[in-house]
Amino acid sequence: MGGLQKKKYERGSATNYITRNKARKKLQLSLADFRRLCILKGIYPHEPKHKKKVNKGSTAPRTFYLLKDIRFLLHEPIVRKFREYKVFVRKLRKAYGKAEWTAVERLRDNKPGYKLDHIIKERYPTFIDALRDIDDALSMCFLFSTFARTGKCHVQTITLCRRLTVEWMNYVVTSRSLRKVFISIKGIYYQAEVLGQLITWLVPYQFAHDHPTDVDYRVMATFTEMYTTLFGFINFRLYQTLNLVYPPKLDSKAESELKAEHEEDYAMDSESYLEKLSALSASLARVVATAEEEEENQLDQFPADGEDLENMEAREKEQKEQEAQNRLFEGLKFFLNREVPRESLAFILRCFGAEVSWDKSLCIGGTYNVTDETITHQIVDRPDIDKQYINRYYIQPQWVFDSVNAKMRLPVEDYFLGVTLPPHLSPFVEEKDGDYVPPEKLKLMALQRGEKHEEEEDDDDDDDDEEYNDEVDDEDLTEEKNLKKMEDQRSQGKQTLAVKVTPGKVKPWETGSVGNKVRLEKEEKAEEKRLAIMMMKKKEKYLYDKIMFGKKRTTREANKLAAKRKAHEDTSKAEKKQKKAKKQ
Amino acid sequence: MRLWNELSYFTCWISHQARLCTPPTRLCTPPTRLCTPPTRPGPALYSTHQARPCSVLHPPGQALLCTPPTRPGPALYSTHQARPYSVLHPPGQALLCTPPTRPGPTLYSTHQARPYSVLHPPGQALLCTPPTRPGPVLHPPGPVLHPPGQALYSTHQALYSTHQARPCSVLHPPGKALYSTHQARLCTPPTMPGSVLHPSGKALYSTHLTVPGLIQPICFSTRLLTRFSLSPSFLSQDIRNTVGNIPMEWYQDYPHIGYNLDGKKIFKPIRNKDELDEFLDKMENPDYWRTVHDKTTASDIRLSDEQVDLVHRLQKGQFGDVNFNEYEPSVDFFTNEVMIHPVTNRPQDKRSFIPSLIEKEKVSKLVHAIKMGWIKPRKPKETTPQYYDLWAKEDPNAILGRHKMHVPAPKMRLPGHEESYNPPPEYLLTEEERMAWEQQDAEDRKLPFLPQKHSCLRAVPAFSRFIHERFERCLDLYLCPRQRKMRVNVNPEDLIPKLPKPKDLQPFPTTMSLVYIGHSSLVRSISASPTGQWLVSGSDDCTVRFWEVNTGRCMKTLEVGGAVKSVAWNPNPAVCLVAVCFESTVLLLNPGLGDRLVVSSTDQLITSYEPPEEDKEQAVTWALSEGPEHDNGHRLTLTHPKAVKQVVWHGKGDYLASVMPDNSSNLQVLIHQVSKRRTQNPFRKNKGLVQCVSFHPLRPYFFVATQRYVRVYNLIKQELTKKLMTNCKWISSMAIHPGGDNLICGSYDCRLAWFDLDLSTKPYKMLRHHKKALRGVAYHKHYPLFASGADDGSVIICHGMVYNDLLQNPLIVPVKVLKGHQITHDLGVLDVTFHPTQPWVFSSGADATIRLFT
Repeated sequence: MGGLQKKKYERGSATNYITRNKARKKLQLSLADFRRLCILKGIYPHEPKHKKKVNKGSTAPRTFYLLKDIRFLLHEPIVRKFREYKVFVRKLRKAYGKAEWTAVERLRDNKPGYKLDHIIKERYPTFIDALRDIDDALSMCFLFSTFARTGKCHVQTITLCRRLTVEWMNYVVTSRSLRKVFISIKGIYYQAEVLGQLITWLVPYQFAHDHPTDVDYRVMATFTEMYTTLFGFINFRLYQTLNLVYPPKLDSKAESELKAEHEEDYAMDSESYLEKLSALSASLARVVATAEEEEENQLDQFPADGEDLENMEAREKEQKEQEAQNRLFEGLKFFLNREVPRESLAFILRCFGAEVSWDKSLCIGGTYNVTDETITHQIVDRPDIDKQYINRYYIQPQWVFDSVNAKMRLPVEDYFLGVTLPPHLSPFVEEKDGDYVPPEKLKLMALQRGEKHEEEEDDDDDDDDEEYNDEVDDEDLTEEKNLKKMEDQRSQGKQTLAVKVTPGKVKPWETGSVGNKVRLEKEEKAEEKRLAIMMMKKKEKYLYDKIMFGKKRTTREANKLAAKRKAHEDTSKAEKKQKKAKKQ
Repeated sequence: MRLWNELSYFTCWISHQARLCTPPTRLCTPPTRLCTPPTRPGPALYSTHQARPCSVLHPPGQALLCTPPTRPGPALYSTHQARPYSVLHPPGQALLCTPPTRPGPTLYSTHQARPYSVLHPPGQALLCTPPTRPGPVLHPPGPVLHPPGQALYSTHQALYSTHQARPCSVLHPPGKALYSTHQARLCTPPTMPGSVLHPSGKALYSTHLTVPGLIQPICFSTRLLTRFSLSPSFLSQDIRNTVGNIPMEWYQDYPHIGYNLDGKKIFKPIRNKDELDEFLDKMENPDYWRTVHDKTTASDIRLSDEQVDLVHRLQKGQFGDVNFNEYEPSVDFFTNEVMIHPVTNRPQDKRSFIPSLIEKEKVSKLVHAIKMGWIKPRKPKETTPQYYDLWAKEDPNAILGRHKMHVPAPKMRLPGHEESYNPPPEYLLTEEERMAWEQQDAEDRKLPFLPQKHSCLRAVPAFSRFIHERFERCLDLYLCPRQRKMRVNVNPEDLIPKLPKPKDLQPFPTTMSLVYIGHSSLVRSISASPTGQWLVSGSDDCTVRFWEVNTGRCMKTLEVGGAVKSVAWNPNPAVCLVAVCFESTVLLLNPGLGDRLVVSSTDQLITSYEPPEEDKEQAVTWALSEGPEHDNGHRLTLTHPKAVKQVVWHGKGDYLASVMPDNSSNLQVLIHQVSKRRTQNPFRKNKGLVQCVSFHPLRPYFFVATQRYVRVYNLIKQELTKKLMTNCKWISSMAIHPGGDNLICGSYDCRLAWFDLDLSTKPYKMLRHHKKALRGVAYHKHYPLFASGADDGSVIICHGMVYNDLLQNPLIVPVKVLKGHQITHDLGVLDVTFHPTQPWVFSSGADATIRLFT
């Protein structure tokens, strides 16, 4: 037939994708540079729907990028900077080799650098987009700021990360946007709500890092490079929204207060400033000196009806709750003992309006001493303390975290010194029905609702519910079993020809009481359902089975957890009893 | 003069230093290269022969002449390149470059003359021959001037792969001539009639000597290629031929043999020597051995003693000059050792002590500029990044298509209770779980960490995999393909089809009301009488039992001679006949139950048979039972050739079909007519193993179910009407709707296929209700019900409504699962049949019981 012969893989999906190596060659970049470019520009591989077609018939595992993405990279100005840098490195190496130190110095001075501003703007055309993506940036910067100033990466990066994180914490304190905190075994999770976006980040505990060898720090450094740029711009913008000075300055009043007697001995002014900021104990300077008054941003009342009204009310209620939470620790005066993590606690307490101080020798910026009579709470993380003041609570740090999550000041009794702490629950878990809810959470919920905590009853109720459900499921089975048994008996009877009449037990639901009618109905429904399931189409049946399998698994897991809890409680009760017996 | 000489020599040496270092190594090669020539004595040797003598003329110390090599044999001239280089250096400074002469007009087409002439300062002629040569094997000989008293080597950098004559001639100043002749040749002195002419002790000839393998004139042509005349006396009668390196035969017909330096003809001697002269000369002339014939001048030259000596020395590989000491200690100009004292002992200049005025001026200018603030120190580079309001102008147009296409990376999972430093006790792993966790691969673990409980915050250690986790996140961000996946968020209840409630589809059997017990082995087949009063069952215990339906009483037990495979009650209510099949026999029984009139009329019907006149050969033998068998109820016995599996009546009750499954013959299905006792085999061909057959209830159609297909035959037209594809692996049973348009097939692969015959040959619906193989299916005669019994011991009743409206598809709703039969030997229900009038169903099972569900 006429026409050109169609060649394979010259149209369709094969032309939309490009392998990594080809892309690299097209861009004329080394693999490391290509990787850096991808990281900075946010280009990620794509999985084609039909891999073999895209791979031109081969089934070899390859990474594919969208051809459009690679074309987009082609005109990126930063690619040229990469090349310049390569040349610079070459020249430098040569100068080193020839021991031309002046040349080395000159080259060093003219080291080519690049800025990522345009990339940030391009990747995040709006501020909200950028804010949405800041989770990873925060976690990364917090991690890098804890690195030692030797080895793994540039000192400038570490100091920059530290500066940015301090700025961020100051912003969160000033805007009072912290919502949830959680002490995990990995570190401390924080969740803040900034301009309507929930932002979660994780801060490692303050320990020296044991740097793993199987981690490519160049990749991390590239990410950090991008994140610090993004983070800086976001901080700037956020400070602007609050009318704060950027880079942050301490309030003039606070500054004078903080001026210690021996400050000159402590450190250079430039160095101590960041530390003063990171102390988080003072408020920040504002661009426009506003009065202290907090503008109450009341929601405007709109005439609404029906659902809108409900929504409005819900929103109003939420906002009230929010405000209440923001003033959670207002009026309280905390003192942090030296063994507690100062930064995280100071950060949290300041976020909720408390006054915090610590020992002078611990950190700069402590505003009052242990001896201050007005201190209401002292946070201690040791079994006992020698000198105790009578007019303050000595509590363990978990109280602060739990109170924040509960949005109320929890009773301090459970958190006194030497007391076994109640379990610390994750505030991020939202239990759906069918999930396991730990009893502590139930207690807490009851407490929030304003009930007195009556644990025994609650627990019993729960158990009842579960049992009831189980019963319903089992009923069919038991009935069938009974029938079978009767059948067996009958057949056996026939075989042996020994006719026996036994007084039958009238089943309770056959007597016609209301409950049994319900039961019968239920049975009927179950039967109907089973028959209908039989008539399902194959595809739907598969889906249905899958869903049901998942549901069953969750219930099984929940049951397992419940059983474990029960076993644990039983053993602890038994132990208590034993102790009592011993005492007696 | 001497000094000058020295100087000139020095410059020469310097310029040739590089080259000089090579000769020794080069010179050592010729012997190895030249080992071939002696083995090739014939003329063939000459085909590639290229003579290339370079001769340097040094007239009393000054002239240098290089004559071109000559080539013998005309055949060789196609690529012949005559290249005469002649450099004349008469005692003044004249330089003559003589062009090559070209006497042969045709042969020189590719001849390229390339005269290079170099004039050397007086006293030292140097010839540099051209470096480029078209010939593949030749290398330009570079002549090197050697200091006085030492030989000058024309360093030919040679390629000795083929025969190459390369005489190097060395001129030795004051009056001493040195010939570095071709060494290869010289290594074989006895065979070499090379002669060197040294007229008057001053002239020197470097002769090119070819290898004379055979004494043939052509081979023996010792050619004098170059002649040096050194002495002034000789110079006066210098008869040098300028024709170049050409075969002298070309001048055969001329009186002359060339031209001298002045362009005058050189004439041949009047009489040439002939062979005899030659011989006589050889015999008589004592100097014959040292006489060389110069073809170019056609004269004989006698070599002097000195020359002969020289030749001998060179043949031995010694230096030409006797006095030359080749083992003189070499003296370096500069030592390679680092010396402690300076080479020069010159005192330093005064200016090295005095500050430079120019510099001072420059410095003072700079100082002034700095004072005035014109020059400022270089600003330290900004290392801290500058931040500004990047999103000051948010441009909605900046949101491109790519941003809409962009799939944001999923956020990290938020931590659960188990990650807490102080989790509730139930989240901690028990000992076994911990072991299991440790043994699992890192990818398989449900939790990437071990939940731990710490008594206080102070006791919490650093998380060792923190950096790893961040790094993995980074890798995910830039290496993981992203995809938007639609999550099926469906309420499982919505997936369940909305069916009419079974309650609304009543009546259908719901409970088991009667169990008919009596058989001792599995009951394979049951059938109800058309009135619905009686039930017949056939079992593997070789009995046929008749039951009263309402009471469950066994009315009659008949022993037959084998396991009963199938029983069928005649559907005609006016006849009381039951067909029973076992082994290869089909037995027609009259159970004698029910109306006596019917019973007797049946008997009458059978006895009223009159055999036809002509007896046809039949596939089956019909035998009338008599005696005790008759009393038992046996009426007719049809003995088949093979084992019978199934019998089925036609709706009218006269015809009876029997199935003898056999994969290899066409005799599988037989149709019998009872009234005429006739049997016929409807099929001529075998279409596969027949599983079961059935008559259409209304029309003359016949259904045959083979392993995978159901074929519908028109009995009147005797043709195949339809072939139904069941999509089953193996059909076990089949039933036809009383309306005749629908059909159900049960199969051993747990499926039940409902066919709407008007719709398609593919199943209208496949029902996978049973968990195990289906054994029996049945339609109810009046109610829209059908039942299926399977090996899982259950009977499923379905509502199967068929509408008269052809546009409406049948409605199929399962209404009841009836259980009761026990599973014995992996078999459950073997046969199901409906009561003809009531919505009741009978089922027979492998547990030797028959059950009635009402």
